Amino acid sequence: MSYASWVMRLVWKDIVVELRRKELVYASIFFAGVVLLVFAFSFLGGERPTLDVAAGVLWVTVALTGTLGIGRAFEREREGDTWRALLLSPLPRTALYVGKLVSLCLLMSLVVATAAFGVGLLFGAPLADHLGGIALLLVLGVVGFSAIASLFAASLGRSRSRDLLLPLIVYPLVVPVLIAGARGTAGLLTGEDPALPAFWMRFLFVFDLIFVTLGLWTFEPLAASEG
Amino acid sequence: MKLKPLSLVLATLAVLGLLWAPFLIVGAPREPTMGFVQKIFYFHVPCAWVCFLSAFVCAFGAIAYLFRDAEWGERLAASSAELTVVFGLCTLVTGPLWARKAWGHWWEWDVRLTLTLLLWMIFIAYLFARRYGGPGGKKLAAGLAIFGAANVPLIYLSVSIWRSIHPKTSVVPTLDPGMRPAFWVSFLTFTILYFVLLEARVALERARASLDALYLEAEDRGLFDGDPV
Repeated sequence: MSYASWVMRLVWKDIVVELRRKELVYASIFFAGVVLLVFAFSFLGGERPTLDVAAGVLWVTVALTGTLGIGRAFEREREGDTWRALLLSPLPRTALYVGKLVSLCLLMSLVVATAAFGVGLLFGAPLADHLGGIALLLVLGVVGFSAIASLFAASLGRSRSRDLLLPLIVYPLVVPVLIAGARGTAGLLTGEDPALPAFWMRFLFVFDLIFVTLGLWTFEPLAASEG
Repeated sequence: MKLKPLSLVLATLAVLGLLWAPFLIVGAPREPTMGFVQKIFYFHVPCAWVCFLSAFVCAFGAIAYLFRDAEWGERLAASSAELTVVFGLCTLVTGPLWARKAWGHWWEWDVRLTLTLLLWMIFIAYLFARRYGGPGGKKLAAGLAIFGAANVPLIYLSVSIWRSIHPKTSVVPTLDPGMRPAFWVSFLTFTILYFVLLEARVALERARASLDALYLEAEDRGLFDGDPV
């Protein structure tokens, strides 16, 4: 069986499990809504937040929701002991990483699309006017975020404090994604410097390239410690 | 614990440097615009240098541990990570003290400040992961150190887009000749101090590993349950 078909099978497995349970999609979308409302309430009564703030809110929501969803996705694998089964199977370890990365990117894309809609609605950000650019930024950001979060969520293994450790490890590492995403989105929304969004897109692309490569390189020794 | 001759020489040099440096710092010319506060520079710059050196050593040890299963790599990485946090804290405390006087406020989202803060946070996360990461905690922490080191140029690039108000690194070669002895003695002293502390910390980890191995062996031979050896 080819590498690509291993990956496709793993992604299809995750899609089927999610279609049956619908736990991650519903919980993550609802959580994204709750986070956006918390932000909206904190600005209540004051002036309408600027476009810079709206861009920041969107990306913080992506980070918070992503950690919750990815953490839960691996927790589910452990509860059913299916993660151990996957590690014992003859498929290449890196295919396991790529498969998880693709399925988590698909999940996060759904959540991020909802969060973007919510930011447009609650903060009056004209996201629809720059749909292509913002969608590209979000896709690149989701890949970078998932590359790091899925690797460390998989590596947290049998640790009892994994719910505590995952955000502690992931957030400092994804700061460049948050800066690039928020600044790129703000650049598109305000239209102050037309060169800036393109710069942040290139930056995110390089980030993704580096961290997916590092993920492929370190997945084997990190996931091998899982039992 | 018996000290090796090299460690003893380095430790003596570090102590002498720490005793000598304050006299040189007090005797160095007073900077006209900043006044007395500028003297933080002799402490702040060496701390920042050692913090970044220590992070690099940690990533090196982490790679050796993760890909070669080298226990020495893990001990080196863990010891260096602790020192990165200690020297990072010194940098982050002395920086704002200077900034309050120079810029009028404690903190600025400048590239060097942001980079140091994030690096410090990543290494605190390293210590958490190693301590509370369960059976695979050491490997997890090693992975974090590698990702953290790879993140440094990206954080630098992402923040340097804005104008930097932090003094440039070119301030060191263009230093007033009167200030140079104080600066270089401080710089060397901190570097030597780092290696002395690193050696001591690695030796402690080594002793702990030997003790654990002896304990396990004693347990295997039944020394703790009254069975004959």
